[in-house]
Amino acid sequence: MEIRVTVNGVEHKHDVEPRTLLVQYVREHLGLTGTNIGCDTSSCGACSLHVDGEAVKSCTMLAVQADGASITTIEGMAGKDGSLHPMQKAFMENHGLQCGYCTPGMVMAATSLLKENPNPSEDDVRIGLEGNLCRCTGYPHIGKAVLACAGK
Amino acid sequence: MIPAAFDYVRAGSAAEALSLISEHGSDAKFLAGGHSLLPLMKLRLAQPSVLVDIGRVKDLSYIKDAGDHIAVGALTSHMDVETSKVLAQHAPLLAHAAGHVGDPQVRHRGTIGGSIAHADPASDLPATTLALGATYVVQGPKGTREIAARDFYKGFLESALEADEMLTEIRVPKMNGAGWSFQKFNRRAQDWAIVGVAAWRRGSESGVALVNMGQTPVLASSVSAAISSGASVADAAQKAVAEASPTADNNASVEYREHLAKVLVRRALEQASA
Repeated sequence: MEIRVTVNGVEHKHDVEPRTLLVQYVREHLGLTGTNIGCDTSSCGACSLHVDGEAVKSCTMLAVQADGASITTIEGMAGKDGSLHPMQKAFMENHGLQCGYCTPGMVMAATSLLKENPNPSEDDVRIGLEGNLCRCTGYPHIGKAVLACAGK
Repeated sequence: MIPAAFDYVRAGSAAEALSLISEHGSDAKFLAGGHSLLPLMKLRLAQPSVLVDIGRVKDLSYIKDAGDHIAVGALTSHMDVETSKVLAQHAPLLAHAAGHVGDPQVRHRGTIGGSIAHADPASDLPATTLALGATYVVQGPKGTREIAARDFYKGFLESALEADEMLTEIRVPKMNGAGWSFQKFNRRAQDWAIVGVAAWRRGSESGVALVNMGQTPVLASSVSAAISSGASVADAAQKAVAEASPTADNNASVEYREHLAKVLVRRALEQASA
């Protein structure tokens, strides 16, 4: 089935099998491998990206469901000049990562969280990121980074 | 994990969805947000030959004040239920429980109708709407019918929905200021409840339903009967498992589930009575 999507501002048209997962489409058809696959069961959040501005788990969405949507992946967060998104900068400055595997999903979930709640408490951040697992257990610094990005 | 191959068709309206599901027969399934169905398909526990995507039927995504009840369109996302001002005022138990489904990413995609039609006894919203005495509105080739939540759940992942019918609306009676509580006992934030309890109380009236305490969500009628006959919260909570038939799994034995249900019903009733 033919789908048309806008990914990081670029329009794409592809013929995909209906069973193609969105994460598989982004990684294998578009070559955007910044979005990671972790658990593949919608638990870990490594595959989080934005569909029409909302964070979703792309391992649990079909590419055909995203037909017509505007998608942002981690590759689309930095400016065209390479300047980091404020959330990426906050993760860097607050040591919000260790191995980095969960980081793309964390950044996508955290930006979606701040869009819905621009002034979160520490608890709001922790609860708001409940869908993202960090197996280095770097949660305190991740929380710090998100609060720093929110100006706290 | 990639699901087995299937054909995909997309409906633009409820009428078109019903016509497509009739056309493709009993091996076709509706796809709403996909957060119950796609995980099953990835594990090959479900293998429909056709998916009828109803995710774009936007006229089934709404929350309306309908006088004595709130009407929630079946395709309303958990996030919209959680953040609804209308529900916060008139059915806060439902809004609160929706905020405990999965995690924010899941709540952006998952829908209340999908969760109820999936009829998983471990899900939060089937039991919550059961406790609230909700009515489900269903459309099929023979027209529209209403099914009380208490008559809807027939077995594990089985409901009173016929294969060619679609859940279109959930009608939740206004709570009219009743006290309420939602207790979800799990090990990690985003997990299903090992045991959960949705409860409300207004004087001698109450509604209590249990999550993950049997093959279906369980209406704990004996607890409500005890409350209406004047029993204390602690005594009423001892009746928590009268209607339940829990099973054991990796998380809990039958005995532990029964213990949890009694404790959580007591806590829920204490909170709802305060």
